[in-house]
Amino acid sequence: MLDKHADYIAAYGSKKDDYEYTLSEYLRMSGIYWGLTVMDLMGQLTRMNQQEISDFIKSCQHDCGGVSASIGHDPHVLYTLSAVQILSLYDNVNVLDVDKVVEYVRGLQQEDGSFAGDKWGEIDTRFSFCAVATLALLGRLDAINMDKAVEFVLSCMNFDGGFGCRPGSESHAGQIYCCTGFLSIAGQLHQVNADLLGWWLCERQLPSGGLNGRPEKLPDVCYSWWVLASLKIIGRIHWIDKSKLRSFILACQDEETGGFADRPGDMVDPFHTLFGVAGLSLLGEGQIKDVNPVLCMPEDVLERLGLHPDLLS
Amino acid sequence: SEDPKQLIQDRKEWADLEPVPQDDGPNPVVKIAYSDKFTDVYDYFRALLKNDEKSDRALLLTAEAIELNAANYTVWHYRRVLLQALEKDLREEMRYITAIIEDQPKNYQVWHHRRMVVEWLNDPSEELEFIAEILSQDAKNYHAWQHRQWVIKEYKLWDSELEYVEQLLEEDVRNNSAWNQRHYIISHTTGYSDPAILNREVQYSLKQIKKAPHNESVWNYLKGILQDLGLSSHPGLLEQILELKETHCSPYLLGFLVDIYEDFLENTLEHHEEVLSKALELCELLAREKDTIRREYWSYVGRSLQTKYGSSDSSTTTSAPGSDSGSVHQETPCSS
Repeated sequence: MLDKHADYIAAYGSKKDDYEYTLSEYLRMSGIYWGLTVMDLMGQLTRMNQQEISDFIKSCQHDCGGVSASIGHDPHVLYTLSAVQILSLYDNVNVLDVDKVVEYVRGLQQEDGSFAGDKWGEIDTRFSFCAVATLALLGRLDAINMDKAVEFVLSCMNFDGGFGCRPGSESHAGQIYCCTGFLSIAGQLHQVNADLLGWWLCERQLPSGGLNGRPEKLPDVCYSWWVLASLKIIGRIHWIDKSKLRSFILACQDEETGGFADRPGDMVDPFHTLFGVAGLSLLGEGQIKDVNPVLCMPEDVLERLGLHPDLLS
Repeated sequence: SEDPKQLIQDRKEWADLEPVPQDDGPNPVVKIAYSDKFTDVYDYFRALLKNDEKSDRALLLTAEAIELNAANYTVWHYRRVLLQALEKDLREEMRYITAIIEDQPKNYQVWHHRRMVVEWLNDPSEELEFIAEILSQDAKNYHAWQHRQWVIKEYKLWDSELEYVEQLLEEDVRNNSAWNQRHYIISHTTGYSDPAILNREVQYSLKQIKKAPHNESVWNYLKGILQDLGLSSHPGLLEQILELKETHCSPYLLGFLVDIYEDFLENTLEHHEEVLSKALELCELLAREKDTIRREYWSYVGRSLQTKYGSSDSSTTTSAPGSDSGSVHQETPCSS
């Protein structure tokens, strides 16, 4: 069915009734990253228009160095990362003023080591991940205070071994992905209690085979990424029942339209399509390229960049 | 005043402004079909941004833009800029953001906006009640809980929170957010180092387990509060768990027993073979029957225990039941 998924992504945004596309303009940069990455994983990146996308990204870099989700929107670290990820796929980060990107990211770090998302100051471990992932792709991890950054992320570790968005926040699979990804890039995975966290993560698997993000919540195919990638990073991916998960992910496909939905029967979108395919890649699906569990990008792209974030065994 | 049902292009109050159409870059990636109202509002919003207009009508427009798309963070930024530039009544803004959140409670921007207004006013007096109202509609709303934790910590509103958490757990003992909050409150107030408090929490947890044995959260909580001191060190706990096993068994209970036995093995030298064999038997049971979806995890635990605590001349395999090679009362040398 990969061809159907590729057709879905290639056509996304050119449909007539794309109110949803309009509504999601505020995250367009991430939307492009999801689409391009899943196409590359399926070996179909050439179907996307590199020049148009590069021009678009260039128009989204602001004077402060940060990148916005779309033209006329404000810069934010989320979309700065997505832009750098896209350009890394194309081996063309110099479309952006890289030094200014680095300055922007550096400027978001707070005294306690945390990162704000933008100048308005929302703090979240997601932004710690975005910051170091951006800098890792640009080879500029030296630009921030890494010790302080690590200190903050570790302060978000909870009694159950998981991580939340700020100190004391409930453990959540999405935040755990960001924190384990962060610690991998920072070379600090040994600070994780891998057995305890691995247990919490494999408890996400429900009888249906799908994964939820917190205890007593519903399964969602995007958790096939957040949970699975986290387990891969801490060396315990085999604690999930792989065949049951695979069945769940495949059930989230829409055989008519292509693409994946959050759970079987719901409407598809590019976000869940990427994470469904990336999850299958982690499970060893032969026809999909290997995906890197830390950066959610094709391994061959990171090979080219010489990036090998740590994984526990 | 303006009629919100009219398109802006038809309102006389806006006749002086030239709307700015969407710019997707030099070569638009796709041709987009907008709904008319969305196009109308956002074209005028872009015009305001371009002119850096700071006016009451701009503020009104941000409200219309938010109504169409409350996730657009640029609109929220601009609204905050306007609130400050125009020195607007922040109490009125609190009423506004209250209504927005009630309508769309699962959105980062709305909660961050509320936090900014609370900070500007330096007045948290409405927060706990408001958040409780939102949680009454969805008791696990992640954004609501973050905001609640911030308010409590920032303004030192700890006093009645444990009572609130207990009330939520009465309503739904499986609410993981409430268990997390319980840990948050106690950690930041009394702490767990007082044995009376720790025991109170242990007994509270066991009581909840009796009510609903298949509850991931309470078992994670119980393990979490005991793991520093050691699960096997808490007086009487093993006996209570073994008692519960008869009437309120669950895979979580069995797993917890394994954890107690493991802690025992780590901290005592006696009865190793007996305890190890019990632990291995449970791992086997969980892998084979009680929690098969996580059989790899249970096999791993069994193997680790065997490797760490099995006697060096034992020939047991990973799936061996708890039969042992010697008398249980004889002290056997521990393998290092």
